[in-house]
Amino acid sequence: MKTFDYVRAASVEEAAEAYAARPGARYLGGGTNLVDLMKLGVERPAALVDLTRLPLDAVEELPDGSLRVGAMVRNSDLAALPAVRDRWPALSQAVLAGASGQLRNAATTGGNLLQRTRCPYFQDVTKPCNKREPGSGCGAREGVHRDHAVLGHSAQCVATHPSDMAVALAALDARVELYGVEGTREVAAADFHRLPGDRPDLDTEIRPGEIVTGVVLPASTAGRPSAYRKARDRASYAFALASVAAVVRVESGVVAQAGIAFGALAHRPWRARRAEGALVGAAPTDDAFEHAVDLELAAAEPLRDNAYKVPLARALALDVLTRLTASART
Amino acid sequence: MWIRGPYGTSPLRKGIHDMGTDIHADGGLSRRHHSETTLQVNGKPHTLTLDHRRVLLDVLREDLDLCGAKKGCDHGQCGACTVLVDGRRVNSCLLLAVSLDGCEVTTVEGLTADGEELHPLQRAFLDRDAFQCGYCTPGQICSALGAISEAAEGHPSHVTDPSVPSGRPVPLSRDEIRERLSGNLCRCGAYPRIAEAVEDVVR
Repeated sequence: MKTFDYVRAASVEEAAEAYAARPGARYLGGGTNLVDLMKLGVERPAALVDLTRLPLDAVEELPDGSLRVGAMVRNSDLAALPAVRDRWPALSQAVLAGASGQLRNAATTGGNLLQRTRCPYFQDVTKPCNKREPGSGCGAREGVHRDHAVLGHSAQCVATHPSDMAVALAALDARVELYGVEGTREVAAADFHRLPGDRPDLDTEIRPGEIVTGVVLPASTAGRPSAYRKARDRASYAFALASVAAVVRVESGVVAQAGIAFGALAHRPWRARRAEGALVGAAPTDDAFEHAVDLELAAAEPLRDNAYKVPLARALALDVLTRLTASART
Repeated sequence: MWIRGPYGTSPLRKGIHDMGTDIHADGGLSRRHHSETTLQVNGKPHTLTLDHRRVLLDVLREDLDLCGAKKGCDHGQCGACTVLVDGRRVNSCLLLAVSLDGCEVTTVEGLTADGEELHPLQRAFLDRDAFQCGYCTPGQICSALGAISEAAEGHPSHVTDPSVPSGRPVPLSRDEIRERLSGNLCRCGAYPRIAEAVEDVVR
């Protein structure tokens, strides 16, 4: 590991200034991904600006019924928040479906959003990877890609985003709060991560030096039936092969509101807008669910060894939609 | 001149020293790449001048001679390095020691005061024969200790019954113990007895 400067910031402003003053700096959250990538030689920061002591660990009920979760709230605390478990259960379930107890105690809300892909070519500096080293090629496209993308991938990159949490945030219409030297702004969680296109080195819409300061869970999905379901190679402590987060509200016998996002299928949480569009206004029947999910997954372009993800994601989505609407269907 | 912990300098750290370029001409350590850090470890304060690259696990083992926490994978995947920081279980291989300035660290060596009996979890692991090689055991025990407090504080897990009201303590069934300890691998496969040992303590 390369030597590096270390700065502990006392305020968000100070952190952004410290970052701007040090070329090659990286922000440090819980470190569960960044420190690992530094050991692997994938990340070689000249300086770390430690954000963990910033006053970004508050959870606030906002007057409009939304909930603001500070970026430094640890994953385990986020999943345990009664407000989250009771009003946005998909988020708590998603966080608890990821990593281990030890990792969730260290990992932060902001850091979870910004974690990098676990594509083995990205993590191995002896292999080609356009995300790690633009222009070096993609080892995965014709190589080992069983865990990789089936939707929205490009010639440059077939990696998936590894977060469970981000999938729930995308489905729940959460917003990501950002601070930068140019000011603060908000980005919809569903738009925060990017598709790879010809810039797979960029995972998100975050600008250089910006800091994730928090996540807002909106009133529009509060208290609505929501759930997260994940398929993985073992019963616990493994990344998703496919996952789905959904929030559905049925009123007067028809779907009045639907938010659906798939995980582990793409370079970002895949918000299933087509499926949602087909569902809203329809009766919550098996046929309607199948039609909607198939409409969405028709866009899938599996690689040689990951076609299994399409029926797997389909089954997960149908199960979650059926369960969430069970009381309205009987 | 190299950083000297209370228990001397390890060969591994000498190796890092030889690779480094951050020693000033006067022999002092670069302030850009080292910081003075105080860790409260098992109740005792230790102030060390640490290379920023060093993770808590290495500082515990090499500087403080606390070799209970083990280096298994060194990537946060096996849990053998699990210790408690400010009372919460974490992977010490992924924590930069400099970022923990002022924190309280508890390792398996600190579960009981000097001369005391074994901690109930240690006793249960012995009684249940919950290991073969023992390499993962300190991590398993620290992890179990953390998991028991988390459940008592009302932290749910992936398998928690949704009917447990949020904010209330979660009873630790066998399934809960298995899920909550999934971050600790045992390649000897002692899992059934590890779960039994933890069950003995929470019952």
